[in-house]
Amino acid sequence: MSDNASLRTPSQRIAWTATILVSALVFIFLIAPILAIMPLSFSSGSYLTYPLPGLSFRWYDDFISSPRWMNSLKNSMIIGVASTMLSMVLGTLAALGLAQWKSRFKPLVLAFVLSPVVVPGVITAVGLYFFFAPIGLTGSYLGLILAHTALATPFVVITVGATLQSFDTNLARAAASLGASPLEAFRRVILPLILPGLASGALFAFATSFDEVVIVLFMAGPEQRTLPREMFSGIRENISPTITAAAVILTTVSVILLATLEGLRRRNERLKGGG
Amino acid sequence: MTAASLTGADSRTEVPLKRRLKRAERARQLKALALVVPLLLFLLFTFAGPIAGMLWRAVDDPEVRQVLPQTVAALASWDGKDLPDERAYAALAGDIQAARAAGTIAIAAKRLNYALNGFRTILTSTARNLKTMPEPGTAKEALGKINPAWRERATWTTIKDAGGPVTSFYLLGALDLVRNADGAIVAAPPDQAIYREVFARTFLISLGVTALCLILGFPVAYLLATLPPGRSNLLMIFVLLPFWTSLLVRTCAWIVLLQSKGVVNDSLHWLGIIDEPLRLIYNRFGVCVAMTHVLLPFMILPLYSSMKAISPAYMRAAASLGAPPLTAFLRIYLPQTLPGIGAGCLLVFILALGYYITPALVGGAADQMISYFIALYTTETANWGLASALGAVLLLATILLALVYGKLVQGQQVTGGMKN
Repeated sequence: MSDNASLRTPSQRIAWTATILVSALVFIFLIAPILAIMPLSFSSGSYLTYPLPGLSFRWYDDFISSPRWMNSLKNSMIIGVASTMLSMVLGTLAALGLAQWKSRFKPLVLAFVLSPVVVPGVITAVGLYFFFAPIGLTGSYLGLILAHTALATPFVVITVGATLQSFDTNLARAAASLGASPLEAFRRVILPLILPGLASGALFAFATSFDEVVIVLFMAGPEQRTLPREMFSGIRENISPTITAAAVILTTVSVILLATLEGLRRRNERLKGGG
Repeated sequence: MTAASLTGADSRTEVPLKRRLKRAERARQLKALALVVPLLLFLLFTFAGPIAGMLWRAVDDPEVRQVLPQTVAALASWDGKDLPDERAYAALAGDIQAARAAGTIAIAAKRLNYALNGFRTILTSTARNLKTMPEPGTAKEALGKINPAWRERATWTTIKDAGGPVTSFYLLGALDLVRNADGAIVAAPPDQAIYREVFARTFLISLGVTALCLILGFPVAYLLATLPPGRSNLLMIFVLLPFWTSLLVRTCAWIVLLQSKGVVNDSLHWLGIIDEPLRLIYNRFGVCVAMTHVLLPFMILPLYSSMKAISPAYMRAAASLGAPPLTAFLRIYLPQTLPGIGAGCLLVFILALGYYITPALVGGAADQMISYFIALYTTETANWGLASALGAVLLLATILLALVYGKLVQGQQVTGGMKN
């Protein structure tokens, strides 16, 4: 490693060792809580303490046999998938448009499109609560799907936009010169090339919706409670091991999303390296 | 052939082509814009509209105007110096009679009680005791007899101030200010003045969390940026996994770890360091630890990308010119990471300002940030004006910081650090 070769003096070596040591502690700080909670979900006892009295799947049974938890999982899936699809359509169209649009207003429009990420969740939630209640969209799936789509679309615009930046527009022009209609050029040339970007956009959108809780707190009726919403009230009341089982399920979903994203990134890098 | 005839010949064929190109380009631009419009319309409906509505509620003042319309009209010409004239009293008596019949008196009572504590009782007791409409010319006397408060100027200025259609009452209230009976803006009474403290607390917690994130994140980002790609990619999982793990899972994990019979206390007890369990959660400590954990990746990722862009040649050059390592670090390396530090700190600070879930779950009553009060006044006490005004102040702070952030990361690829 080139940088180790430059670590000649003892003080440099000490500084490097200190960096590694502090980083190791920070890595432990980052990962330990997530790892610590997992074994507790397999505990046979009802208390969240170590050492575990024994191993069992009783809390997973509890989760699966509870209509409340299963309903929340189902809701998270319905709302997550629906808002992902909607945000993919809106976000991809906008990213395509923004990539071609030249105007001095573009930074302004881009800032507006990305603003749902920055505005505090409570403000969006309160605004939606006032706005959606009179038109009957609170306590409805549609209302939550629309709200989650607004939060998720910026991530689609960012990821798809980033893919389009590295996209060679000559390819689209070549398709057109060979007689492809714009729609055909999009479907057969542009789409396959930006598909990895679309896929990571979809993952971001789904993760955003799947993890969102503030808006659900304000807008969901008893029927639309999602998994994070159910966890929120569970943590408030008292933490039962069933919540740790729910936490493991949620974390598993995150790991799958992260692994898929990492796979897409690697594939993309390989393709770039090959080209 | 002369130069003039040449340019003349050229311009004859060029102009239509230029125009055609321009027209084609304009059509292309319109098509591009048309692709963005659906999202803009969607966000107008699901984001901008609702927030504009919330901002409007911060200044909207409809209740008293709806319930006591004649009184508000009668008070419009009142100069507010002495008590209003008989006409206003008669209008009030008429409004109260009508409001009691319609069952709307409580709506106005609630609004007026925000401005003057005890107004609810004044209005409801008057409504209860005002059996019949007073004889013409005796309304002032009759109302004063039912409740002596009607002989005080402050009672009437409160109604006039709350008469709408717009008010600065909630916005002033969010900053612990009130208008006194003479219309001057003064500090709110100490028992009602809590929001400056809440804002100060919100800023303080956010600042502390930002500082913690920077201190913890800097060495990690440095390590990740310095290691060869293979190893740093592997270690990146330690940053990305928590980043992708649900906020609720992480908050829940901290409660499990830090509660009085939690893993940390048990371990410390087992090691013989403590006899009594430490109070690690439902206080400021718990809030700061959990929030730092949640926001740390938002610091590491922008720092990492700014450090990744620094060529190691600079440090080697500094060393070869005789700079001691510390001097080289402070004068060559650190200045180049400043944009990353700025972006990371602003991002973490902006996100921390609006935090709701983590303080709500791991904080005590004295650790609740501004978002908690906005939520409280929206869903629990339904003081929507105040909730909106507090929201407006928070939104303003966020927008100002986001503008600075935007200036800072312009041209950098740090925006991607939002979620990757």
